[in-house]
Amino acid sequence: MSNLEDLYREVILDHYRSPRNRGELTSPPAIRVEGFNPLCGDEVVVYLDVRDGVLVDIKLTGHGCSISQSSSSLMSAAVKGKTIEEVRETIATFKQLMTVPRSSPDEKSEVTPVDLRALGELAALQGVVKFPVRIKCAMLAWNTLGQGLDELA
Amino acid sequence: MAAGHTVTSFDPCRVRADTPLLTRVVHDRTITYLDSAASSLQPRAVIEAMSRYYELRHANVHRGVYQTANEATAVYEGAREAIARFINAPGGANEIVFTKNATESFNLLAKSWGTANLKPGDVVLVTEMEHHANIVPWFQLRDVAGIEVRFIPVTDDFRLDLSNIDELMKDVKLVSVTAMSNVLGTINPIKELAAIAHRCGALLAVDGAQLVAHEVTDVADLDVDFFIFSAHKMLGPTGIGVFWTREETLNAMPPFLGGGGMIADVRIDGYTPASGPARFEAGTPPIAEAAGLGAAVLYLESLGMANIAEHERGLTADALTRLAFEFEGRVRVIGPGDTVSRGGVISLDVEGVHAHDVAQVLDQFGVCVRPGHHCAKPLMRRFNLSATARASYGPYSLVRDTDVLLEALGHAVTMFG
Repeated sequence: MSNLEDLYREVILDHYRSPRNRGELTSPPAIRVEGFNPLCGDEVVVYLDVRDGVLVDIKLTGHGCSISQSSSSLMSAAVKGKTIEEVRETIATFKQLMTVPRSSPDEKSEVTPVDLRALGELAALQGVVKFPVRIKCAMLAWNTLGQGLDELA
Repeated sequence: MAAGHTVTSFDPCRVRADTPLLTRVVHDRTITYLDSAASSLQPRAVIEAMSRYYELRHANVHRGVYQTANEATAVYEGAREAIARFINAPGGANEIVFTKNATESFNLLAKSWGTANLKPGDVVLVTEMEHHANIVPWFQLRDVAGIEVRFIPVTDDFRLDLSNIDELMKDVKLVSVTAMSNVLGTINPIKELAAIAHRCGALLAVDGAQLVAHEVTDVADLDVDFFIFSAHKMLGPTGIGVFWTREETLNAMPPFLGGGGMIADVRIDGYTPASGPARFEAGTPPIAEAAGLGAAVLYLESLGMANIAEHERGLTADALTRLAFEFEGRVRVIGPGDTVSRGGVISLDVEGVHAHDVAQVLDQFGVCVRPGHHCAKPLMRRFNLSATARASYGPYSLVRDTDVLLEALGHAVTMFG
């Protein structure tokens, strides 16, 4: 059962049971982006309040499994108050964390190891990478956030 | 009977011994396969029939005059005869078209029969409990042919709501329903629906994908007009499906996919389609898969469909009773609570735990269930669900499988509780 405990860390279960930044922002002015996972029916709606290049506030609604919901909660806590540039960096780092390492020994891995300390609580999601079908659950809110930032540009 | 068929009466333990995949060990536990509604497991006889074709008889069908080509054709056409017998097609093998899967069969129905027979304003009546395969092709036809797609609602106790059927039948030219819901397990009153459709001058198409491996199927007795299913849900291989309709209806349908095999003649000014099933089987067909499907039919016949139905009803009754008592209401069955007109598909909604998390915990116990919307999103919306975890039985299932399911479910409930 050790694999399972690796996936469902206490931090993840905590964010699933008590999601942070849950709710809506009036849109407009807030940006509203919807994300769907058509395979499992998970849905997330991300609201972004961006002022002077800073993500002043973020709210989320939606439903899905513990991985998609806790990932969106953890994401909201990680990016709130950051500059857009910092948010993009966090997205890139998280994507890297969710990348399955190449197992072929001949192939030189181009993936540089992720600095887990810099990720804080987000590091709790690293166990997801061992369950490839669940990676898309963890990525849903992040991809939706990325789309929202693209709409800004 | 073909070599390898040694089962003479029904014994699930024998079926188990015949099914190689059930010996797999995953996460240090022997596999508990409860996902037959998604795809059933193949007995050795099916796998060997496919290997035998590739090892000894491989050739294209309907072409060569050499010995192995004749044998390949005999295997392929033999499967057609086996299927005709299995569903009691009144006109025999000439009424059986092989497709890629049940989904392609529905596309054949909509794009060939539908395009030729439906005009703007005509209605295709489906149900809220259909698989997307029996919804999307009709929406596609609506977009090009101006038909209307109408839905028979589902009651709170998971049955078709026929209370308003006379009104629903207005302008209906085709009723297209599942014989058994792949989410609820509900078995629909096909004979009654056939009578309703025919009284109104409409035809009845039936999605038999969930039924054929679990109940006796007799298309003549059911009095349906189209019957559709796929091999891999009846112990056969993936890659081959079936479309049945009466010979006169089939011969009046325009061709579907074009190419070799489906023609009587091709000139530089046009072509003449072949008659019979060949008209709908363009290109080299799934020959090995047909060999496997033919073997699956023999295997199911040797077990006896009535025996399988009775066995699975017992398993379902046992599971429904235990699920109701062991979890103090925390696990809800999305489907009828008894085994009247109900098959061995049990969709579960675990309070506070998403279906994917349930399935993930179950996997650690070696339990295979299907989480998700089961390609039936209108039905999920009807019951305000985004997903369920679905357990489903096959002829190789035992009460022991339910024991492991309940043990693993208990763990999931505690873990997220």
